[in-house]
Amino acid sequence: MSMLTNPTIVFLQFMNSISLGMNLFIIAAGLTLIFGVLRVINFAHGVFFMFGAYVCYSVVSRMAETAGAFWLGVLAAGAALAVIAFIIERGLLHYLYDKEHLMQLLFTFAIVLIMGDLAKMIWGTDQYSVPKPEGLKGAVDFSFGADLAMPLLYPAYPLMLCVLGPVVAIGMWLVLSKTRWGRVIRAATQDREMLAALGMNVPLVYTAVFVAGSALAGIGGALAAPRVAVSPGMDVTIIVECFIIVIIGGLGSLWGSFLGALILGFVNSFGIMIFPNWELVLSYVLMLLVLLWRPWGLFGQPEADGH
Amino acid sequence: MPQLEVRDIHTSYGLSQVLFGISFDVGEGEIVSLIGRNGVGKSTTMRSVIGLTPPRAGSVTWLGQDITGMPTHRISKLGIGFVPEDRRIFPDLSVWENLDIARRPAANGAGWDEDRVFELFPDLAEIRDRRGGVLSGGQQQMLTIARSLMGNPTLLLLDEPSEGLAPLVVEAVRDRIAQLKQAGLSIVLAEQNLDFVLSLSDRLHILEKGEIKFTGTPDDLRGNEAVLEKYLTV
Repeated sequence: MSMLTNPTIVFLQFMNSISLGMNLFIIAAGLTLIFGVLRVINFAHGVFFMFGAYVCYSVVSRMAETAGAFWLGVLAAGAALAVIAFIIERGLLHYLYDKEHLMQLLFTFAIVLIMGDLAKMIWGTDQYSVPKPEGLKGAVDFSFGADLAMPLLYPAYPLMLCVLGPVVAIGMWLVLSKTRWGRVIRAATQDREMLAALGMNVPLVYTAVFVAGSALAGIGGALAAPRVAVSPGMDVTIIVECFIIVIIGGLGSLWGSFLGALILGFVNSFGIMIFPNWELVLSYVLMLLVLLWRPWGLFGQPEADGH
Repeated sequence: MPQLEVRDIHTSYGLSQVLFGISFDVGEGEIVSLIGRNGVGKSTTMRSVIGLTPPRAGSVTWLGQDITGMPTHRISKLGIGFVPEDRRIFPDLSVWENLDIARRPAANGAGWDEDRVFELFPDLAEIRDRRGGVLSGGQQQMLTIARSLMGNPTLLLLDEPSEGLAPLVVEAVRDRIAQLKQAGLSIVLAEQNLDFVLSLSDRLHILEKGEIKFTGTPDDLRGNEAVLEKYLTV
């Protein structure tokens, strides 16, 4: 417990919680968006995340010293996952919307297995690391001139994630609430038949949402790449974390997944300090508590009957 | 030539067949009504025309074009508006957002927009920022008609617009429908409220068990106690 009395460590863990949470949010936001509109629980979201990390690695490793290589990798990851998602949705998933949920679950699980093996064929089973981008390799001083025993330094890269998360959240909220496309997407979460009867091409809306949500997973994977080891199996961890987030926050709710991601970030970072042996269990316990208290999540709505 | 020609359509939900050979026409600017008790196939006929439950056999022709089996959004874009029985307002969208989502300007530029829609339904203008989910039944009915108008349809499928509304509101809805007819809109009206139908329709069809049992004008039906007794009395 002595660590909790050390302000520097508390500060670092506090910042770590937010940056981890914000990275998770960008990924979980895609999952929750897809669920909200398509009502499909996409198990493949984690493997999309992993592909994003691998694509970023490939771009960065080939362009080595080029300025902006990392950011190009992030864009390439988003674009690659958009293309992959487009092919999967138009070619296959598209035919399963009218089928029972079990078929969709099995389908996305099949994608997990296929793409997992595909990743091993393309990138092997080695662990890769992606260097932090130029300009974000150092640390930022949070002492603000105060004369402290130890300066409050926080690395610039995770700090950037702390800023990027809210930017993505506000951007998505603005699109959803203030643009016509956003209104169409919200209407599609509520009544797809009526939307079609008003002349809206609902299958096109579905494709667009699946592509956008999957691109977020890819971008999230690329952004995670400098923080973690890029290796097979990273998809499993992230999909479990994403599900915990959206269950806590409420499936389909943007701000729910924002809050859920922050909560998970704090539970992971401080849990490891306070209950080092129980850290892994804590997030599940939290999820169970939420499920018992509000089965539809903190920001979700109880499932309505009818359409 | 009629605008809408429904020819011998048979429609099923899964294994249960609901329509057994429905045929009717709608001419330009006409109000053609489908009446009958609950569950006789009025709503299914509407859903068959707009493509939400495409007929298994038979055909639907719109302005000379076969639209049977066409995706709903394309049928809608060809000028057929749908006002469903349960109104289907998007509950989390505001009144204005519900209208905006349906916006499709008329080809000639002079069609329905929110200004004209608010003129027809002044009450909606006052609650334009209210969420759809908290509206009263009457407000929802006005909004669902207004929303369909935003797409500038040539024909409106109106499913039970008077259902569950207070008598005064029913009057108001009927006046609006009469105004729409005067503005040149063609309408298919499904109803159980006999006075409502008789006052608005040019022609009407009585449905029972998925078939048309009687066809005529409101005058043919008025005072026809045998038919009224057989098909409409609950």
